[in-house]
Amino acid sequence: MAQAAAVAKPPAPPRRRRASATPRRLPYLLIAPAALLMLGFIAYPVISVFYYSLQNYNPTKPWRNGYAGFDNFVQIFTKDPQFWDTLTFSAKWVFVEVGLQLLFGLALALIVNQTFVGRGLGRAMVFSPWAVSGVLTSAIWVLLYNSQTGITRYLADMGIGSYGTSWLSDTSTVFSAAVVADLWRGVPFFAILILADLQSVSKDLYEAAEVDGASTIKQFWHITLPHLKDAIILSTLLRAVWEFNNVDLLYTLTGGGPAGETTTLPLYIANTSVDAHNFGYASALTTVAFVILLFCSMVYLRLSKFGGGSK
Amino acid sequence: MITKEATEVAPAPVHQTPEPPRSVKRRRSWDEVPRWHIYTPLSIYLVFTLIPFYWILLFALRPSGSTSLVPWPITFDHFEKVWTERAFGTYFENSVYVGLATLVMTTLVALAGGYALARFDFKVKNAFMLALLCSQFVPGALLLVPLFEIFAELKMINSLGSVIIAETVFQLPLSMILISNFIKNVPYSLEEAAWVDGCNRMTAFRIVVLPLLRPGLIAVGSFAFVHSWNHFLFALMFLNNQNKQTIPVGLNTLMSADSVDLGALAAGGIIAAVPVVIVFAFIQKWLITGFSAGAVKG
Repeated sequence: MAQAAAVAKPPAPPRRRRASATPRRLPYLLIAPAALLMLGFIAYPVISVFYYSLQNYNPTKPWRNGYAGFDNFVQIFTKDPQFWDTLTFSAKWVFVEVGLQLLFGLALALIVNQTFVGRGLGRAMVFSPWAVSGVLTSAIWVLLYNSQTGITRYLADMGIGSYGTSWLSDTSTVFSAAVVADLWRGVPFFAILILADLQSVSKDLYEAAEVDGASTIKQFWHITLPHLKDAIILSTLLRAVWEFNNVDLLYTLTGGGPAGETTTLPLYIANTSVDAHNFGYASALTTVAFVILLFCSMVYLRLSKFGGGSK
Repeated sequence: MITKEATEVAPAPVHQTPEPPRSVKRRRSWDEVPRWHIYTPLSIYLVFTLIPFYWILLFALRPSGSTSLVPWPITFDHFEKVWTERAFGTYFENSVYVGLATLVMTTLVALAGGYALARFDFKVKNAFMLALLCSQFVPGALLLVPLFEIFAELKMINSLGSVIIAETVFQLPLSMILISNFIKNVPYSLEEAAWVDGCNRMTAFRIVVLPLLRPGLIAVGSFAFVHSWNHFLFALMFLNNQNKQTIPVGLNTLMSADSVDLGALAAGGIIAAVPVVIVFAFIQKWLITGFSAGAVKG
């Protein structure tokens, strides 16, 4: 088995031969382990998802398995309100999350890029949630939102919210509650990426702008922001894809509830395949999700003119 | 704790242009931002960041049933219970194993591939780069079924190997792009000079390039470790056996138990957080330099 062999072996060591002669096969040997791993564990599964999407495939109902043509897709687009609901929720979730994360992340990066007393410690502290997992984030916010002993109880004392209600089980609050929990972990991610790019803005530009009498805000608009453009575009895209695909947080925080209120499309797919064993239908949903994601990414990259201009 | 030096971000030695001679007027306007413009929003944000951490610490350290806002008297009962009764000791071991194996595999495979991408032109290079980019849109969670079948075929269900491979594969594309950018920032002439001095390619790489790559490798490796430590779905799907599980799955079990034991949940959460927070504190400096050097502007 090709994949197994690639896994067992460490990446092909470059041959001991005369270095000056560039061996023609060397680059292929070097990318071979990565290529084999990705072929075996990404490309092949993707293709089999496409294949299953045209099948009725349910291990618990083998008598109904077989080629289904485009039935799954027809059902998705015409007879499955849950698909549209979860897709809408996914869009809303990604839009709100990424927008707020970008906004707060940018502000945070600009702040901790300043020189001030205690900067190192300050950075370490505000960035620390980044290291925390989706499941742990859920665990923490489950404790905070707990109706009996959570912070909600103390806030109720102060007149915010009311006693005995858990913000996670109320349809009117669950969205905001989940957004805040995810922001806690997501903002540092943006801040770190943007800060990394901020470090490379040439100080000369600011000095020159200073001499010309440009205000701080002007400098931000005309120097900082254009410099950050590519980093912002890329981190926004990566984060959006990641937020769309991520199931860890919502799966463990709300389980998609209450009443399906926080079920994203990937969560719906996971439920369809893992709980309902309807692999064929889940594969068709996956295919649709993949196409939507790819399409949106292309449109986004085109609209934002990634890599064009400033550099 | 972290010293100021350790967290101060040093300019990446590899790629940054040498600092121009300091002019007499060095103060930039951004340095003249009033202090309270920094401290006020930062404090507010710190409160938002730290309250959840405090809360989980509170629940982990105070006895069950207490509503005190100060964890006093301190008890370690919850930790003891979670570690032994809830098998977090085993989960912890498994997670360490998965994390370290993913770190090593990702770094080695990405290093080899990244070197090829940075230093050679070869036929399938563009196609390969495109594949790396596209793989970013492939939701790992949505490939669970075919992945499960592959691992079943390989008789790897219930072995940590399946999780290690899956985590590595999904870490690879980004790691490889980052590493190849780091390598591009090391002047090729340095390597060529080493060849002239009689080193072969491998030795030249080891003694000339590798030391300069250290910040980048630390960033990539720690990223892989933290990711696989935190990731939940692969372990949940591929490991059915209780004593093969990892920490995030253990946490999820605690959360979905019929009557949630909040103290145990909090203690489990802290056990889950400690390693990554420690790794994070140490690598923070490398992370930011590493990202800014490897940021995708190759």
